[in-house]
Amino acid sequence: MSKVVSIEEALTHIKDGDTIAVGGFGLVGCPIKLVDGLSERPVSRLTIISNNLGEPGGLGLGKILHQNKISKAIGSFFTSNIDAVKYANEGKLEVELVPQGTLAERLRAGGAGIGGFFTKTAAGTLLAKGKESRIIEGEEYIFESPLIPDVALIKAKKADTYGNLIFSKTARNFNPDMAKAAKITIVEAEEIVEVGQLNPEEIVVPHLFVNYVVNGGN
Amino acid sequence: MGLKEKIAMRAAQEINDGDIVNLGIGIPTLVADYIPKNKSVFLHTENGLLGVGPTPLPEEIDPEIINAGKLPVTALIGASYFSSSESFGMIRGGHIDVAILGALQVAENGDIANWAIPGENILGVGGAMDLVAGAKKVIVTTQHCTKNGEPKILPSCNYPITAKGVVKLLITEYAVFKFENNQMILEEILDDTMTLQQIKAITPANYTISQSLKMLQK
Repeated sequence: MSKVVSIEEALTHIKDGDTIAVGGFGLVGCPIKLVDGLSERPVSRLTIISNNLGEPGGLGLGKILHQNKISKAIGSFFTSNIDAVKYANEGKLEVELVPQGTLAERLRAGGAGIGGFFTKTAAGTLLAKGKESRIIEGEEYIFESPLIPDVALIKAKKADTYGNLIFSKTARNFNPDMAKAAKITIVEAEEIVEVGQLNPEEIVVPHLFVNYVVNGGN
Repeated sequence: MGLKEKIAMRAAQEINDGDIVNLGIGIPTLVADYIPKNKSVFLHTENGLLGVGPTPLPEEIDPEIINAGKLPVTALIGASYFSSSESFGMIRGGHIDVAILGALQVAENGDIANWAIPGENILGVGGAMDLVAGAKKVIVTTQHCTKNGEPKILPSCNYPITAKGVVKLLITEYAVFKFENNQMILEEILDDTMTLQQIKAITPANYTISQSLKMLQK
C-alpha cells in the first residue's frame, strides 16, 4: 500500500478555486518542488493558506502569485514579499491577515475536529473586527474558526511509503498542522524509506493524515 | 556603547535564572548578548525552537535552523524543535516567562502598538499579537522618540494597537517605566544628562514618579 506518486500525478488533485495550505516559514520548510510543479498546472482562483507568500523575485509561492493564480491569501506576514504587497495594493490579491499563532491553531482545530476556539490574541485590535467576543474569567477573548484546506502541500525530511513523516529542525513549523487539517495531504519528502525504517517513537505525523508522497530529493 | 546596546543591557537585567525568554527583532535581539553567563536562560523562537544559541559562523550556517526574523541561529545542547501550533500553545498558555519586543507606540495604560501604521496597507502581523497576549511578562525596549523626534510614549496610541494593557515594563535610552494597577510609573533615569523636566517634555503620557526613583550617579 504505497502512497508514493510522481509530482505531476499528485498535483492533479488540485482544482480551480481550491484552498491550498502550503508549509514553510519563509522558504524554510516550504515544499519548493511541489510549488514549482503547481506553477505548471493550469489552475486559477486559488486561496493560499501560508505564513508568507514566497519571497521577492518569484521565489516559492511568489512564482504562483506572478502567474495570477492566487486570488486570496490567508497568513500572518506578507510584507516580506514586496510583490505580495504590490498585488494587494493593486486589488489583485485579497488578503486575510491572521496572527501567526491563531493561524496555526485554526489549522490544528481544523485537523482535530474542533469547531473553533476563543483566544485572547488580537482581542480589542483591528483584527478582531466582526468577530464574536466573550469575557472569560475577566479577560476578553475572540472567537476564531477552524481552517480545513482542500489540499495541503507539505515538506518533510523523511517519509516512509505509508506516509509516516519526520521533519528537520525549524523546517517543521506549519507542516504538521497543515498535514492534519487538509482533506488531501501531499508530502514532498527529501527522502522516502521503506516501512519499518522510521522509529515509531519519533514519527511526528502518522500516515493516516497523508494521502500522497512525492520524492523531492535534497 | 550605542543607545540600542544600552537599552538591551538594561533589559537583560530583568531576566531571571531559569527564565524562558522570547526576543523580538531589533533591540530585543541584542539582549541575548548581555544575559550574564551565570544565568541559565532558555531562548524560544516562535517558528519552533526552544534553546536558541548564538549566530553561527558563516561556514557553520545550517539553512534549516532560523529564528523568527528568518536569520540563521544555532540550537544549544538540550534544545527542542516543535510545530507552529505547539510553539504558540507555549506562548498563549503562559509558558513563556518574558517577551521582549520593540514598539511604535506605548500608551500610559500599557497598550502597545507595534504592527501597523495608519494609512499603510496592513499586510503583516506575524506573532506579535500572540506574544503580547500570552507571555507572562511583556517588556518593551525602544528608543524614547521616533527618528524624527516625535514622541512614542503617549496618553493613548493613535496607531492600531497590538494588545490592550499588556506592557509591564518600558525601557528606553533615558528611562525605565513600570506599569502597575493601571498606572505608569517612572522608576529609573538611565541618562545622567537628563532632568525630570526634560524627560517629561518628551513623554506626553501621564505618569507618576516612583518614591524610590533610581538615578544614575554623576
